[in-house]
Amino acid sequence: MELEKNMVVSEFLSKGSVLKQGAEARVYRDVFLGRSTIIKERFPKKYRHPLLDEKLTHRRTVQEVRSIQRCRRAGIPTPVVYFVDYTSHCIFLEDIVDSVTVRDHIAATRQRSHPSPTLVPLEPLAARVGRVLARMHDEDVVHGDLTTSNMLLRRSGDGEAELSLVLIDFGLSYISALPEDKGVDLYVLEKAFLSTHPNTEPLFQKLLESYAASSKKSSAVIKKLDEVRLRGRKRSMVG
Amino acid sequence: MTVVIGFEGSANKIGIGIIRDGEVLSNPRRTYITPPGQGFLPSETARHHRAVVLTVLQEALQQAGLTPADIDCVAYTKGPGMGAPLLTLALVARTVAQLWGRPLVGVNHCIGHVEMGRLITQAHNPTVLYVSGGNTQVIAYSERRYRIFGETIDIAVGNCLDRFARVIKISNDPSPGYNIEQMAKRGSRYVELPYTVKGMDVSFSGILSFIEEAANKMLASAECSAEDLCFSLQETLFSMLVEITERAMAHCGSQEVLIVGGVGCNLRLQEMMGVMCKERGAKLFATDERFCIDNGAMIAQAGWEMFRSGQVTELQDSWITQRYRTDEVEVTWRD
Repeated sequence: MELEKNMVVSEFLSKGSVLKQGAEARVYRDVFLGRSTIIKERFPKKYRHPLLDEKLTHRRTVQEVRSIQRCRRAGIPTPVVYFVDYTSHCIFLEDIVDSVTVRDHIAATRQRSHPSPTLVPLEPLAARVGRVLARMHDEDVVHGDLTTSNMLLRRSGDGEAELSLVLIDFGLSYISALPEDKGVDLYVLEKAFLSTHPNTEPLFQKLLESYAASSKKSSAVIKKLDEVRLRGRKRSMVG
Repeated sequence: MTVVIGFEGSANKIGIGIIRDGEVLSNPRRTYITPPGQGFLPSETARHHRAVVLTVLQEALQQAGLTPADIDCVAYTKGPGMGAPLLTLALVARTVAQLWGRPLVGVNHCIGHVEMGRLITQAHNPTVLYVSGGNTQVIAYSERRYRIFGETIDIAVGNCLDRFARVIKISNDPSPGYNIEQMAKRGSRYVELPYTVKGMDVSFSGILSFIEEAANKMLASAECSAEDLCFSLQETLFSMLVEITERAMAHCGSQEVLIVGGVGCNLRLQEMMGVMCKERGAKLFATDERFCIDNGAMIAQAGWEMFRSGQVTELQDSWITQRYRTDEVEVTWRD
């Protein structure tokens, strides 16, 4: 029975088109139940020991679905989960059509304003990201892999409404109320942000200000963020 | 033609190497090895380095067939690393630079590893995994800096391995990591250990405390052998490293991986990274123990790049520092 289920999903996938192969999963686009669907397949990682691979893959699939559901219940924009197959570790998600990653948007905006390097046009976006993350952390959802590639901007609409920013890729997420975990979450984003978009410190500062203003529990989190930042600096680097 | 001599001694290895325009002319090295169950302490390590540094310096010159007059520039490890050992080497470097009348260049140890890896493998623009006893970083070059995309938020992976070796009293000769690798080959039972990846960062203190506590219990109850523990530890640690490297590659759109640092000698790590690369259609670059493990030539090579692009360290700036971030250095020799 299980083997049959597996075959059905892989047959289905073989008809779809591979969008990309991320670090975590293969992403397909196809039509499912009449809707454009993104299928995220966590395929086995051959470099891992099979027992480790199975445990990790299963845990991440479950965590991702759970976190997305939790976010959606709180009104935080994420794709809708249509279907999950736990044997092949496939998640069928709403396709956020006509969207661009925040990463590409920032890069394109900076390119357009070249040679005069101004970050001001990106400030409303930074503020919006801060607000959405604040809502997510207030729900005690820690994303675990915040990067500008894991945030989508829906192109439709005037781009100012909160709903046009969508969070994706909750594979490393978990539920936690600890300021430490949320602080690390922001730290992960800060590092990803500044290494992907060099010289944008003021922009990230705007993001944090907006986060602090929107979250009810922000002061403890920001304090932890400051501590975690120092940890990297104070670590013994022998050898 | 530019000839650079490099002085390295930030941990328990002391190496002095000479590079001439991309050619390694000599690269002698000594390792301070402690008895099983013991780590190396700064003052004893510095004492070891002091005792051998002039001998190694002579070897470097003799093996290269050069005299001090042939040297154009003296490079030394400015940091990061252990204070006393760093100081020992810096002192000798400063002294010979003044004796020979040559300019000094203070090199970042991590960048030394990266530049040596690039030289030996000729990798074009790789995602670099730098893993050693003191450092665990995923580095990529961008806009004149070696940017850290992912790193450990607590201890380095080599440190985790070294401290585990002490718990079960594995020999430190030639290095604890090497002996763990050999024992792991004879292990087969996979024991579940904590696995912690946070975005592009990793955390090893959890798995270390778990295994420090559990190891002796498990071995006493014959639940598994020491070889099984070594095997499981490697599989788990290296999976974490391959994962964060893959994430960085996906993020940067990179098709090349370069592994540097002492832990990079580990063939199992290279094998696992190779499997990941093959699945993505990427290329893996790695070096052997001559250049993975701390050595003087890598400092010379980074020094060569810095010197040729116009960087020089004045005597009053030739101090050492225990903490020195990879992204603090302006990479003036690449665009």
